[in-house]
Amino acid sequence: MIRVQLPAHLRTLAKVSGEVTVAVQFPASQRTVIDALESAYPTLKGTIRDQVTQERRPFVRFFACSEDLSHQSPDTPLPDSVQSGKEPFLVIGAIAGGRQQ
Amino acid sequence: MSAVRVLVGTKKGAFILTSDAKRAEWKVSGPHFAGWEIYHVKGSPADPNRLYASQWSGWFGQLIQRSDDGGNSWEPVGNQFTYEGVPGTHQSYDGKPHPWEFKRVWHLEPSLTDPDTVYAGIEDAALFRSTDGGREWKELAGLRRHGSGSAWQPGAGGLCLHTILLDPSDSERIYIAISSAGAFRSDDAGTTWKPINHGLHSLYIPNPTAEVGHCVHRIAMNPARPHVLFMQKHWDVMRSNDSGDNWHEVSGNLPTDFGFPIDVHAHEPDTVYVVPIKSDSEHFPPEGKLRVYRSRTGGNEWEPLTAGLPQSDCYVNVLRDALCVDQLDPCGIYFGTTGGQVYASANSGDSWMAIVRDLPAVLSVEVQTL
Repeated sequence: MIRVQLPAHLRTLAKVSGEVTVAVQFPASQRTVIDALESAYPTLKGTIRDQVTQERRPFVRFFACSEDLSHQSPDTPLPDSVQSGKEPFLVIGAIAGGRQQ
Repeated sequence: MSAVRVLVGTKKGAFILTSDAKRAEWKVSGPHFAGWEIYHVKGSPADPNRLYASQWSGWFGQLIQRSDDGGNSWEPVGNQFTYEGVPGTHQSYDGKPHPWEFKRVWHLEPSLTDPDTVYAGIEDAALFRSTDGGREWKELAGLRRHGSGSAWQPGAGGLCLHTILLDPSDSERIYIAISSAGAFRSDDAGTTWKPINHGLHSLYIPNPTAEVGHCVHRIAMNPARPHVLFMQKHWDVMRSNDSGDNWHEVSGNLPTDFGFPIDVHAHEPDTVYVVPIKSDSEHFPPEGKLRVYRSRTGGNEWEPLTAGLPQSDCYVNVLRDALCVDQLDPCGIYFGTTGGQVYASANSGDSWMAIVRDLPAVLSVEVQTL
């Protein structure tokens, strides 16, 4: 099982609280995890990636194990500790702004 | 008819305001879809409990929500808007070709007779229709393909199809308006379209009287006289007496003829409302005075309506979908501001009261007469 943390707006939309888990065949990738998420929670279709191009929405990022995986190929296997369920796969709404001091 | 329900879309959620026919005391529910931009919420004339809402965010994109119980509960329905065929290009701000890309739904217009049929006006400009209560959407592609689509350019808010009017006397006739392409009409239920911009004069485009390219902000009609249309253009308030074939200016004595919304009194087809805005570079009322202007002569002669509205230091805007009228007698007029107030008049505009204030910036206001 893959553990997934969704941002607050998507948890509301999916009517879930806290972390969710999805069953994905080994080795899990961004694509197979999002496929499983959309299958379990159809209201998330189009909110994480484009429904036609399947491309990640520009202000959505994927993190795991303190790494930004957003620019990896969607078919790259996720880190071992995500595969094993030790670490969650994070879907994050990008944060912009701020000023360098 | 004994009550009204006002549907308010804002930058951070939807709100539903209800009152009895006196329209003096109001209950506010919301925010629904908190934190999301709600471009438009509208009820079905055929079933007032059926509502549709356009929910959008820069992070998570477009959703369409549907309620079957007057807004107490909502269900996400279809949110896939795919252009028909190879979409091609329109013009970008710099005049270069730009591929058609879906961005958001600006306006939802439920059918006058079927609660499951609803039209969506989207950015980049196109018209979609659902006949299954919003689950699946199909483009009425004849609009983009009528010939001028590749020449359309975005207005400052994007290339948006923001106005959809359904003719109650002719089920085949639909009007739409696009910023910044102009107004179009279909006489065959959306299969084919023609531009209806003759008489418009726009100094900001290379050919001021071009067939397309005008920044039409909003069109309105009185359902009892659907061949007469009123238009608030980027500059100029216009009128057509022949279903849009020809337009003439009726700005008359308005302090400025720039603005966004326009609507027509429910029972007096020659009584028209606009909210003049200082200019396209200063989107606030002239002199800091929030004034609705009313014409009882079908245009040209306008009177300011100020009772109950702030008459100093007011610098809000009223957006194109944020003015509407109810069906009661006397007619109720409603509008929302970018400052988060919703004002209502229960006497055709003679006096006003804020029925809610300090909401997020208001994007749209619709009213249902129940």
